[in-house]
Amino acid sequence: MGIQIKDVSYRYPTAEVREGSTRGLWALSHIDLDIEDGELVVILGRNGSGKSTLCMLMNGLIPHFFKGQLKGAVIVNNKNTAEVEVADMVKDIGVVFQNPFDQLTGAANTVFDEVAIGPENLGLSREESLERIKRALDEAGITELADRAPYQLSGGQQQRVAVASILAMRPSIMVMDEPTSQLDPVGTDEVFEVIDRLHREGMTIILAEHKVDAIAGLADRVVVLKDGRIELMGKPKDVLTNPALASLGVLPPRCTELAIRLAKENIWVGDYPLSIKEAKLGLMEILNGNHTG
Amino acid sequence: MAIIQADNIHFFYPGGVKALNGVNLSIEKGQSVAIIGRNGSGKTTLVKHMNGLLKPAQGRMLVNGESTGEKEPSELATQVGLVFQNPDDQIFSTSVWDEVAFGPKNLGCSEAEIKNRVELALQTVNLLSCKDLHPYDLTITERKLLCLASILAIRPEVIALDEPTTAQDQLGVQQLGSIVQQVQKSGITVVTITHDMDFVAEFFERTIVMRKGEVILDGPTAEVFSQPEILMTTYVKPSPMAQLAKEIGADRNAITVQKMVQWIVDRGQHIAKTA
Repeated sequence: MGIQIKDVSYRYPTAEVREGSTRGLWALSHIDLDIEDGELVVILGRNGSGKSTLCMLMNGLIPHFFKGQLKGAVIVNNKNTAEVEVADMVKDIGVVFQNPFDQLTGAANTVFDEVAIGPENLGLSREESLERIKRALDEAGITELADRAPYQLSGGQQQRVAVASILAMRPSIMVMDEPTSQLDPVGTDEVFEVIDRLHREGMTIILAEHKVDAIAGLADRVVVLKDGRIELMGKPKDVLTNPALASLGVLPPRCTELAIRLAKENIWVGDYPLSIKEAKLGLMEILNGNHTG
Repeated sequence: MAIIQADNIHFFYPGGVKALNGVNLSIEKGQSVAIIGRNGSGKTTLVKHMNGLLKPAQGRMLVNGESTGEKEPSELATQVGLVFQNPDDQIFSTSVWDEVAFGPKNLGCSEAEIKNRVELALQTVNLLSCKDLHPYDLTITERKLLCLASILAIRPEVIALDEPTTAQDQLGVQQLGSIVQQVQKSGITVVTITHDMDFVAEFFERTIVMRKGEVILDGPTAEVFSQPEILMTTYVKPSPMAQLAKEIGADRNAITVQKMVQWIVDRGQHIAKTA
């Protein structure tokens, strides 16, 4: 089970090389990535590095919807995504897109109905559907929006509707492409809390993100893409404090950056922190004069 | 005289949803001001009052001392330029160059002046090399910068940005910040709506906090960030460095990594001297 991505390269049908661009025609090149059941993997990288393309590979949107040229194989829960219809993957894997406009069906007049579309199409009993919808609304923090029209909501609220509509399908794997890009800071924290809880309950999660401060404490593993290739992969601590990170266009969490800068001044000694809590511990020692820097 | 002044503005959307509930504020020429607050707190509604897209139901919005009440948005275009959150709401031309040239053309600028303005605006946002492309061949990040360029070419006195950092990656946010500084240096007042508190901490001197259609805090960014309990009521948390500053009892101005490093280094020298 889980996901096995085996030497995958992909090129969009309309791919052209733009003048001055550093990347070639291939959106992804020779990607090898095994994701275990229950793992939370965060994908980092600049815009255009291939994060969204990788997300769309996992549920079969590539190659079924986006044709192009695909080499290698993507196996999700023992199914080869190229050989199985996208519709047959929905119980295995759900994708929350970056832009909620791409996700909302436009067919539902209320948030409740929008979230209901998935479970209803799975052929569940009425009770089971209702239970799932209510739970999904609650988990996404939008119970009070249930009767509102999806297209009259703010971008941030729509983003949570998109999350709820996938949650209601109860896939074993969830892929989220910048699910908090339009949310206020506490709304962002709430979505990351939902992700953390789903992960602890055993869901496999793949999260494409720019918010390194928020994901540092969540991820089991971090993958950094550049120009369609995996350039770094490992535990958050190892990847986010790796000196090569900056050359890939990814900045470490602010607390980590602070410690790196202080180490250059011979003030910080030892492991770099990933969180405010860890930074506080180290700094209190320094400020109390317990270091020899 | 303030360039933007809101006097007790109230506004309702159709259906009776109250979006602004007695907003008072005044922005001086040349300031950089961030407007923060939870989704739906009235930030975009407020900014749309600044360029006359919306008119107050009660109260007055004054731009350069004159009420927007009787003015058409086109009359205000050279005073306040608004860059929308979604670039695709704004873009309509078939080339990057034409998109940016539209504003100065409509202002009746000479050919030479149009060329000059478009080149400078595209250069400012680093899109000059893309001038012949179709806007939809640009990435969303670039399309957002294109919208900023098309407003820059009008040379308004105030530029208002609605969530410019969404869809930008980390380096994109840094680039946007240096553009903001450059624009501000040229004498233009910059107002931004954003959820990115690091962006606020690094590039905006003043911060206005909104909750349920009201301004609940307004002051120097460091001062605003030193009040996390109030910020929390509108779903905002200060930048990570501002949170850390509070935790370790550092100077409240240490809201960016650069300033925090400086504070710790200074503090170390102080300790060394007194030891």
